[in-house]
Amino acid sequence: MTLPPAAWHAIEAFIVLNALLVLVAYVTLLERKFAARMQSRIGPYYVGRPHGWLQPIADALKLMMKEDIVPTASDRWVYNLAPIVFLLPCLLIFATIPFAPDLGVADLNIGVLFFLAVSSLEIVGLFMGGWGSNNKYALLSAMRAVNQIISYDLPFIFAALVPVLLAGSMQMSAIVAAQQGLWFVAYPVVGQLAFLAFLVATLAAENRVPFDILEAESELVAGFRVEYSGMKFALIQLGEYAHMLGTSFLGALLFLGGWLGPGPAALGPVWFLTKAILIFLVVTWVRWSFVRIRVDQILAISWKLLLPATLALLLATGLVVAMRGPGGA
Amino acid sequence: MSGYLPVIIFAALIVGFGVVSLAVARLLRPSRPDAVKLMNYECGAEPIGSAWMQFPAGFYLVALVFIVFDVLAVFLFPWALVLRGAGLGAFWVMAAFVAILGLGWLYAYREGVLEWK
Repeated sequence: MTLPPAAWHAIEAFIVLNALLVLVAYVTLLERKFAARMQSRIGPYYVGRPHGWLQPIADALKLMMKEDIVPTASDRWVYNLAPIVFLLPCLLIFATIPFAPDLGVADLNIGVLFFLAVSSLEIVGLFMGGWGSNNKYALLSAMRAVNQIISYDLPFIFAALVPVLLAGSMQMSAIVAAQQGLWFVAYPVVGQLAFLAFLVATLAAENRVPFDILEAESELVAGFRVEYSGMKFALIQLGEYAHMLGTSFLGALLFLGGWLGPGPAALGPVWFLTKAILIFLVVTWVRWSFVRIRVDQILAISWKLLLPATLALLLATGLVVAMRGPGGA
Repeated sequence: MSGYLPVIIFAALIVGFGVVSLAVARLLRPSRPDAVKLMNYECGAEPIGSAWMQFPAGFYLVALVFIVFDVLAVFLFPWALVLRGAGLGAFWVMAAFVAILGLGWLYAYREGVLEWK
């Protein structure tokens, strides 16, 4: 039986999407268990003994059964559309990530550019949510979010461009192939600095502590999603975790050699997932260890330190690459 | 462009997932709205006025500086791809361009645009 290529793409995309949704659901459990251990707690335990392995499913069912509240003062259309507009870019970033050679939705030749462009579209949905709610906390949070995300987008792009420069390609699989001999995180000086900048920018772009003034529980209750309940809240939450996981995958791919690792090639996806989860856990570890910083400090770190530093780093890398010429690594 | 077909299908599936899960939730959930429940949340007090009001101009300044460097990023992508073959000449051209923008950054710094007030 021969199927048209579009059908194959659809089947492949369907499998990837479902695998992602399960993965994202279990990443929330991982974060809760990890955070609990850091604070000498047990975390989820009773739903699905041992160690609450059914908890994400129970959460999803619970959120589905919850009443959906649309405030009368809200802008209904914007308010109701926001969760889907937010979810789309957060999951779409996975489209160009290959999980092993030739295993993924599409290995575009502009993979990194696609990822960065789609990833920053999340602020559209986020701002729609904040604006549509017509809630002062939500709008304040959305303004802060846009302010912060655009500020950290630039260091994020410049840090991600360092591996692109070293590999001479924006195709994800080519970047991994270029790390065959040496992972870019091990590239002398520039590799480590770029990875560090990437991690800091990731924390800020994901609105994680210490850069979480937009949700700041003590002042803005829950940020831009304060008015959302039920399944709409679930979609926003899902998008947020998917985005975080996607960025972890990108970090593992750009700096930690993607699916490269000892053992047979079939182990590739396992290595890739392990590295991505490792980055995710570092982000979680920071989240549960540091305190929130002020808005002026957040902007100062971005505009006065990270932006010039990553730009200088990129130029320094460019100098090395240009001097080594076409033959050099 | 055929390489983008899977991406479009993937995007359609994501939207489909969002719509279907909202629709299923609509069938399952209770719906008992009342006036107080549908009020905007403001720590229990009745909200005064709309949230859609004027905002500090500081946000606008950040957006302006952002656009300058975002355009730089657009130019950096193709540069990063061809640099290896193009050699030192291409490097110095970009270095000069970044230096000009660097002057702009310095100006913004001196004018206090990068301070949050």
